Amino acid sequence: MTDTAPRELPLQELDEVIIRFAGDSGDGMQLTGDQFTSISAALGNDLATLPEFPAEIRAPQGTLAGVSAFQVRISDFAITTPGDAPTVLVAMNPAALKAQLKNLVQGGAIILNTDAFNERNLEKAGYESDPLEDGTLDGYRSYPVPMSQITRDAVAEHGVKPRDAERSKNFFALGLISWMYTRPVEPTMEFINTKFHGKELVIKANEAAFRAGYNFGETAELFESHYEIKPADLPSGEYTNVNGNTALAWGCAAAGQLARLPIFLGSYPITPASDILHDLSELKHFGVRTFQAEDEIAAAASAVGAAFGGALSFTTTSGPGVALKGEAMGLAVSLELPLVVIDIQRGGPSTGLPTKPEQADLMMAMYGRHSESPMPIVAPRSPADCFNAAIEACRIALRYRTPVMLLSDGYLATSSEPWLLPDIDSLPDIGVDFHTGFNGTNEDGEGIFLPYLRDPETLARPWAIPGTPNLMHRIGGIEKEDGSGNISYDPENHQKMVDLRAAKIEAIDVPDVEVSGDADADFCMLGWGSTWGAIDAAVDRLQQAGKKAAHVHLSHLNPLPKNLEEVLSKFETVICPEMNDGQLVNLIRAKYLLDIKPVNKMNGVPFTTAEIESAALQAMEAS
Amino acid sequence: MTDTPTRTEPADWATDQEVRWCPGCGDYSILTAMRMLMPELEVDRENTVFISGIGCAARFPYYMNTYGMHGIHGRAPAIATGLAMARPDLDIWVIGGDGDMMSIGGNHLIHALRRNVNLNILLFNNMIYGLTKGQFSPTSEVGKITKSSPMGSLDAPFNPVSVALGAEASFVARTHDMDRQHMMEMFRRAHDHKGASIVEVFQNCNVFNDGAWEGITKKQNRDGNLISLEHGKPIKFGADGEFGVVVENGAAKVVSVADVGEAALLVHDETKPDPSTAFMLSRLSRGPFEPTPVGVFRAVERIEYATSSTAQLAMAQNDKGSGDLSSLLRSRGTWQV
Repeated sequence: MTDTAPRELPLQELDEVIIRFAGDSGDGMQLTGDQFTSISAALGNDLATLPEFPAEIRAPQGTLAGVSAFQVRISDFAITTPGDAPTVLVAMNPAALKAQLKNLVQGGAIILNTDAFNERNLEKAGYESDPLEDGTLDGYRSYPVPMSQITRDAVAEHGVKPRDAERSKNFFALGLISWMYTRPVEPTMEFINTKFHGKELVIKANEAAFRAGYNFGETAELFESHYEIKPADLPSGEYTNVNGNTALAWGCAAAGQLARLPIFLGSYPITPASDILHDLSELKHFGVRTFQAEDEIAAAASAVGAAFGGALSFTTTSGPGVALKGEAMGLAVSLELPLVVIDIQRGGPSTGLPTKPEQADLMMAMYGRHSESPMPIVAPRSPADCFNAAIEACRIALRYRTPVMLLSDGYLATSSEPWLLPDIDSLPDIGVDFHTGFNGTNEDGEGIFLPYLRDPETLARPWAIPGTPNLMHRIGGIEKEDGSGNISYDPENHQKMVDLRAAKIEAIDVPDVEVSGDADADFCMLGWGSTWGAIDAAVDRLQQAGKKAAHVHLSHLNPLPKNLEEVLSKFETVICPEMNDGQLVNLIRAKYLLDIKPVNKMNGVPFTTAEIESAALQAMEAS
Repeated sequence: MTDTPTRTEPADWATDQEVRWCPGCGDYSILTAMRMLMPELEVDRENTVFISGIGCAARFPYYMNTYGMHGIHGRAPAIATGLAMARPDLDIWVIGGDGDMMSIGGNHLIHALRRNVNLNILLFNNMIYGLTKGQFSPTSEVGKITKSSPMGSLDAPFNPVSVALGAEASFVARTHDMDRQHMMEMFRRAHDHKGASIVEVFQNCNVFNDGAWEGITKKQNRDGNLISLEHGKPIKFGADGEFGVVVENGAAKVVSVADVGEAALLVHDETKPDPSTAFMLSRLSRGPFEPTPVGVFRAVERIEYATSSTAQLAMAQNDKGSGDLSSLLRSRGTWQV
């Protein structure tokens, strides 16, 4: 088939395309999008993805609530976001069209499964008249395709029942789009054979549907051209396509090796953090023990227990789960044991929007424990960066014997991007030594162990694990005497311990921030976490429009980089786009008395580049 | 660790910390029993860990010269589960009171029991909140007048042995703070059991609930009201063994041996796979005013949790080889640029 010569159709070169596959949650849109992404990655395009799915496992079929979508942007240049708005929409039913049309750019292409546009489905989607005929699609290029029927016809010869046949229609769509964007056929054939291994009929049906879609594009004379997107000029090396949660899980496994410690994960399933538990439970051969606890509290508490025993301990959660872990985090602060708490931020309060991202747990991470319980905070900026963030969080936890909060979000968790694989040997050694000997003497001159005698440089206390002869000691949540660790209610000692715990966190060695974009600009955008991509892209656009703009990105939120105040002070105007109501802004204003301006968004959808660009232009005008 | 038995004295297990329970508290006798038992177990102090939650009982780890953690209220079984999984080599004791284990930590307790984590759990039951100074607890009797229940508590109490049996515990025992030898024997059995063991200890709070257990634990009441369960023997009690226990209509019942004859008595079998008989025995008494069984209710073998977890790790390494980071990062396909 690959040697089939194209029809007399022009092959048009594009620098990028943003395709959104949308259908019912049972239509296999995530699978379709994933596979299109994989083929494009292998072709050398840069890419970024944005899956969007309902919280319900199977929302009622054909309804707006049940629409599942997958956006992928492929380009011949380096990109940092999945794109503001799709240029191509594949709509498998009326609900998908209704839910997604508003996102499509004006003049964009819509490929529709016309077979799904029957009265019943139109009614379920809330259409009073047929959008294919009532002018709804005016201003777009629409391509009506009877996908269900052609799929049924194509698979019929393999003996697939008509009811099952239609399940392959997502492969028809994938075939059609693969033709449109001149993607090769073989990788998808291989994928189908691997994915559905052992189910011969399914393999045959999907292969036939894919080929039917591909051939339809070529022969139907519906399309005026097809397209090519050349490979992007990316740094050379070996790449894989990874989403944030998988990169996080791999980062945890890597950290265990870099620290030469067994890994313990205490977790309770919660969207969108569960995939980290799934991924790590597959890594038992890395010495990873996963524990699916009875609740969020036990998940965190078990991780504290494992840390006491000398494991590199993690607990993962999202949303209300963070609140439930607050008590165990406080204990870990008091015990001064290493622990990494991974929070995949989602919309709230309460159950909120389980599958949508927010960055609104920053204050929770900073202050969400009773009393003064400081915890370092690190935040990844992109899906692949989750790998680095996990290692950095572990480095800090181990070196300073402290619980660390890692703040990812629902956007990073499920989005993917090409990742230039790191050289394993270049990863940092984050190992620390367990304490094995006495570190003090008693009045009789005998050796004793003082569990809270700190390292003068890091203020970390010694980590002596059970099983170590002679170093038996007791620790607990009650205030401890500095040095001995014995219970102490002494007022001066408590003041001292509060100060020491704060000083330890404040002195953590975090790297200075760097300015990207125009370092000599008057205008700067400050960001943290997943807004990095959109801010970075906005800086590009501003520069292309002849404006000067700088970008400062924070990977460490506590402590803040030592040069941050000086760097930010140099700009006349600083805005801070965040998916919250101004949490970083408040921290920065309170700490440095710098009047940086909030740009906030809380609708469950990541910032678009255009939104940030527009906020930047407004701020520039106002200043 | 060496193969030669570790020789220690009870004093070796004491710390330099002043014991701060109220004078006359039942916890002192439990602490003594534990310190006396340790040398007999021939274990190492550095391989022994005491984990507790919050409450009077939860101060216990500070007084044992081992590794220890005074954790957070109710969470001791969860903390200990993590430790037991990370370190299956350790001997882990979990100490808590009735508030800690039956109320705020009830969830963690039942799950540790059903998973059969290798923990020795001691539940000091004094039927009152002591550290918070005298509110009714989840084991207090209905109608109890306390600071938080001036007109009497409305709550039906838990029976910890029944709860443990319902939670699939593989080892369940009961003892009381007035009998050191019996405590030591129950603690020893709990220690030797591989898997989760729970021992309910009737413990006197002489400040907020003094004498609550006297109806059964006071010397002159023991003959008539304490039924000592012994494996393989007919269940009998009384000064001359004149009373016994039979099963009738699906429930355990106290009878006069003379009336039913020795052969009709229930023969105690702690190893019975089905916990129903043990449960019947746990329901024999409605409170500390009538014949109440102590001893081992149930001791059955069941695969231990961390052992299974370790076996899975070994199986995975056997199947896939030791984790290789470089292959992991390439496991979902790669391409060259």
